[in-house]
Amino acid sequence: MNSITEQLLGVVSDWDGSYKGAFNIREDGGCAGRQSSENIKIEPKNDNPGIVIRISSAAQQETVYIPACVTKAGVNDLVYNDFIVEDGADVIIVAGCGVHSEGEEEARHNGIHRFFIGKNAKVVYKEKHIGTGNGKGSKRIDPVTDVEMDENSYMEMDTVQIGGVTSSNRLTSAKLGKGAKLVIKERLMTDGDETAKSDFKVEMNGDDSSIDLISRSVARGNSYQEFVSTINGNCRCTGHSECDAIISENGRVNAVPGLYAANIDASLIHEAAIGKIAGEQITKLCTLGLTEEEAERKIIDGFLK
Amino acid sequence: MLQLNDIRWTTETGEKILNGIDLTVPDGKLTVITGPNGGGKTSLAKVIAGLYKPCGGQIIIDGNDVTDWSITERSKNGLAYAFQQPVRFKGLTVKDLLSISAERELSGAEVCHMLSEVGLCGRDYIDREADASLSGGESKRIEIATVLARKDAKLLVFDEPEAGIDLWSFTSLIEAFENIKKDSSRSLLIISHQERIMNIADYIAVVADGKVKTMGTRDEVFPSLMDKTSATRCSLRNS
Ligand SMILES: Nc1ncnc2c1ncn2[C@@H]1O[C@H](COP(=O)(O)OP(=O)(O)OP(=O)(O)O)[C@@H](O)[C@H]1O
Ligand SMILES: [Mg+2]
Repeated sequence: MNSITEQLLGVVSDWDGSYKGAFNIREDGGCAGRQSSENIKIEPKNDNPGIVIRISSAAQQETVYIPACVTKAGVNDLVYNDFIVEDGADVIIVAGCGVHSEGEEEARHNGIHRFFIGKNAKVVYKEKHIGTGNGKGSKRIDPVTDVEMDENSYMEMDTVQIGGVTSSNRLTSAKLGKGAKLVIKERLMTDGDETAKSDFKVEMNGDDSSIDLISRSVARGNSYQEFVSTINGNCRCTGHSECDAIISENGRVNAVPGLYAANIDASLIHEAAIGKIAGEQITKLCTLGLTEEEAERKIIDGFLK
Repeated sequence: MLQLNDIRWTTETGEKILNGIDLTVPDGKLTVITGPNGGGKTSLAKVIAGLYKPCGGQIIIDGNDVTDWSITERSKNGLAYAFQQPVRFKGLTVKDLLSISAERELSGAEVCHMLSEVGLCGRDYIDREADASLSGGESKRIEIATVLARKDAKLLVFDEPEAGIDLWSFTSLIEAFENIKKDSSRSLLIISHQERIMNIADYIAVVADGKVKTMGTRDEVFPSLMDKTSATRCSLRNS
């Protein structure tokens, strides 16, 4: 793989020169390394570009790395990855995407991920996004995630967009079976003329399923963010979503939360707050010796941590 | 030493809150400011810490006229201030806040030790966010700890440290104040309505209607406050 990929991997997916266990590294639309493990098998797809990752029930607390990097302008990478998580498996999936461009043309990664999570299985999915390089062409990351959760399964999605991504459009949809529990934590920072959209659609179809969706974001410069969530409670279930955004300079945020209850025992809550950093928070940190700029940085870093 | 000369402060809407405060807070001593609710004590503390800009008068700390200094400059020169109403932070943990105060990354054990000074069992709080999920008494004690963590501070100002704090934590807090008092290079200014704090004071000032109504040693002022609390209030208001 090239040196830019190595740098990006370090930032987005804990790369320190090697991965232990199963991994698949995607570079500019091709495969730059792949390894299966005893319990996690990775195979190429026949119909579309992409891979199938099969995680067997025997996998317990195992980690699989599937980062993707675009390292130059003019690359428009589209990939379809399927994750088949067998009943009772317990797995950590480290995804992550870095897009680097020094050119005029667009550089784009578009990952379409489908998750089939078996009964009682547990998945922690971590995904970091970053854009780097001084190219004029836009750096785009547009992830599509579809999740199907079987009885009593658990999934935690932890997504972070650190900065430098010109535009991102994230579509996430999930269908939850009986007792399934989904936790989504999104952290997003945009600056300059960047735009970021996140659209979540969650359907709770099995009794005692639950979703907890927490989005924290910071919009600075002239950037624009859109947060759309639709939580459908079709059974006895609990849904909670929380969208907390800090805006500074000319940043704009549009939060459109939606709750739809179709069952008397569905309990759905949404909280949203958008605003600048509270003045008293800056003041307090100044009384501890920080300058206003240092205080603002601390507050934002903590908020997005 | 802190010296206030004829401090005046008016709200944005023109209401006169501080009407010429003269006060000296000597080193190595504990000075308590007390007085009726709404009398201007917190406003005065905010003027001292630089949160409010006075419209008249001078603030002198250790010989420097700091009236035009920023909050940060005052802090860097040894002023520490514990808010009456603690500020909540989404995302900053108790450890983060105390590390900012101490100006270095603290270890878990150090944070634990600092929290025990305010009667909190550290391990449960180190990684807690200092947000609205903390109880009133918890966040108040963490606020106080952020000031006690300032080992370099020469002038420590606490605004009603007793508010919302249980009896047991209060006892540790009194001990912490007494220890600070032993250091002759530091001075303590505590705004309080609490007898137990006034009991360990060297000086007591009564502030009402934006003025210092009475100032003297503890023995001079304290008995009169205890005597006729309600009567004092009325006479203060009318004087
Ligand atoms: N920023 C402000 N804007 C408008 N009015 C203010 C402001 N700060 C204080 N005041 C007013 O000034 C007066 C004095 O308030 P202050 O908080 O200083 O009183 P206090 O002596 O600390 O009272 P307490 O014992 O209740 O804490 C009050 O009437 C208050 O409403
Ligand atoms: Mg007050």
